Amino acid sequence: MKKFIALALASVMTFSLAACGGGGSDEAAVAGTPISGDTIKIGVFEPTTGENGGGGMQEVLGIRYANTVAPTVDINGTTYNIELVEVDNQSDKTAAVTAAQSLISSGVVGVLGSYGSGVSIAAGQTYAEAGVPAIGCSCTNPQVTLGNDFYFRTCFLDPFQGTVMASYAAEEMGYKTAAIISQNGDDYSTGIAAYFKQAFESLGGTIVADETYQTNESDFNAILTTVKASAAECVFIPCSIATATLILPQAQAVGLDAHILGSDTWENESIVMAAGSAAEGVVFSTFFDENDESTPMAKDFVNGFKAYLNEDPQRVTLNGGTDGVAAVSALGYDAYMTMVAALASLDGVEGDLTSVNLRDALAAVNHDGVTGNITFDETGDANKDSAYLKKVEGGKFVFVKKQLDETAQ
Amino acid sequence: MTSSAFLQYCLAGISIGGIYALIAIGYTMVYGILRLINFAHGDIFMMAAYFMIFAMVDFALPWYVSIGIVLVATVVLGVVIERVAYKPLRSAPRMSIMISAIGVSYLLQNLATYLFSALPKGYPSIGFLTKSITVGGISTSVVTFITPILTLLFVFLLMQLINHTKIGMAMRAVSKDFETSQLMGIKINRVISFTFIIGCFLAATGSILYFTPRPSVYPLVGSLPGTKCFIAAVFGGIGSIPGAMLGGFVIGLSETFIKAAGYSEFSDVFTFILLIVVLLFKPTGLFGEKITEKV
Repeated sequence: MKKFIALALASVMTFSLAACGGGGSDEAAVAGTPISGDTIKIGVFEPTTGENGGGGMQEVLGIRYANTVAPTVDINGTTYNIELVEVDNQSDKTAAVTAAQSLISSGVVGVLGSYGSGVSIAAGQTYAEAGVPAIGCSCTNPQVTLGNDFYFRTCFLDPFQGTVMASYAAEEMGYKTAAIISQNGDDYSTGIAAYFKQAFESLGGTIVADETYQTNESDFNAILTTVKASAAECVFIPCSIATATLILPQAQAVGLDAHILGSDTWENESIVMAAGSAAEGVVFSTFFDENDESTPMAKDFVNGFKAYLNEDPQRVTLNGGTDGVAAVSALGYDAYMTMVAALASLDGVEGDLTSVNLRDALAAVNHDGVTGNITFDETGDANKDSAYLKKVEGGKFVFVKKQLDETAQ
Repeated sequence: MTSSAFLQYCLAGISIGGIYALIAIGYTMVYGILRLINFAHGDIFMMAAYFMIFAMVDFALPWYVSIGIVLVATVVLGVVIERVAYKPLRSAPRMSIMISAIGVSYLLQNLATYLFSALPKGYPSIGFLTKSITVGGISTSVVTFITPILTLLFVFLLMQLINHTKIGMAMRAVSKDFETSQLMGIKINRVISFTFIIGCFLAATGSILYFTPRPSVYPLVGSLPGTKCFIAAVFGGIGSIPGAMLGGFVIGLSETFIKAAGYSEFSDVFTFILLIVVLLFKPTGLFGEKITEKV
């Protein structure tokens, strides 16, 4: 028994020592984490398990690949090695905060991620308090960067996406009437839908049916019949992957002729696999296309990334069993490269460098990424003016065009 | 609303109503015999969907074999649940057996989450059922069209069975008086097993008809339809088979028309208000027995 108490006491003391260590870095938190030694640690804050595990893993692969392309950075005459510190936020808001804290205590000066806006919003405060800047890769909800000086992001936002789809429908396809189906109470879905409606109407179109459904709804027959009866030329459905797989076959069954338009979540093979012929012709917006050869940088990235995946069969498995380049991998790559560009721009800055200097550098960064030029506005969002439209043809995603946002700018 | 849209709404409503009716019959029959609300019934409906995924996706069996396997496996599951969770409690107070039913419901949900993960799985499509047909300007899938027909057929057969066969007579006797019928030589366990066989058979049929046009299965998928079907059974008068059928159709139709009117957020609300109104003004339901049973 005595031995046990001694052991318990010893472990308690060890823990309190560890806590002291943690406390030390907290004090430094006000001023950010210092850049010292010859290694710069960058945190990778992504879900590799849970609901978004698959997409998160693809983003991690993009970041890992970027790390092999640019493993060092020169600042003030010193060559720093960049070391990735990966944590799994488990697609869970509670786990996300713990994961973020573990990143901070491991001494990272910058963070990349996450896939999924919810976890990024949850962890945002932790990064801001520690003075460590984070770059979100594919989190599209406005709340991620709003009111948080330390959160940036490389993708476009939900409002932008709705606008882009509206200009495609009204100008490219010449549709005069549209219907909208959105999920009641879901920020992502209702947000995009509202911006689509606004933009479509300002382009001279009419919304003839604006329908909503409940979370976990599985029967869309009534809604789709209403859309059919409204004789809309197209129907915009920003929704989750699960809902998309339910709506498509039902739309085919009720004989809906309207052209179905989706949002970025629709770029998922499982929709095509589940819906089969019902998915044919669907057009949706996304962040990047591997077949877009308009910029040489994008082409180099696609070739390099494919080679990186094929080096190791394990990487192909993690990428979902293909060597296709997902948009989120490209965004992960861009986020990393933007971070490196900001670090490199610290060259010439006097004094002891900390993560707060890195934040300031990020705010002023100008980087040509594979998903387009990246500069951040005052809220920390990338100024992006184009989205990629893809279409389902013969069971595959086919690149349609790069759609510029003509109404917002 | 054009007349073809109106007919399309009607068809959609009758179709989902038919599925609700099939499941509601399972609730109402078990209640009639055992005075038990089988809360696990919605989850048996969910398990039937997973059986189908197993048979058609994992073992790549043809659809006609798969349907047979689903029906048998669901019936076996239902009978096993009755033997393990309800039979030992036959002489216990009614509250105990109901709590046991709630336990089975949670057990099935969590077992499914553990075994198949919480992610939705695609339901296999049965070729001829998903085909589109057009009848007089209304376009729909075959399954939507045959659902109400199958429902009416099954209810008709079930009424024949209950009113004109020996086992049916035994069932009526057991539902009238549990103990006396036992004294009269009716093998009560056989009657109860038979009731569960019919209930689960209809739930499995309902599951096939429900998931074919809505191909997404996850562990909690049975809970909302299960609750709605329970309400359908209460609305029609719990214990009454024609009542359960009518309740199913009423809920299916009203739900569809509320969604059609653009108030999709109120469609479930309406169903639950219906339950409260029925319990307030006619607690025995439309065709219920006169004696109210305290549950």
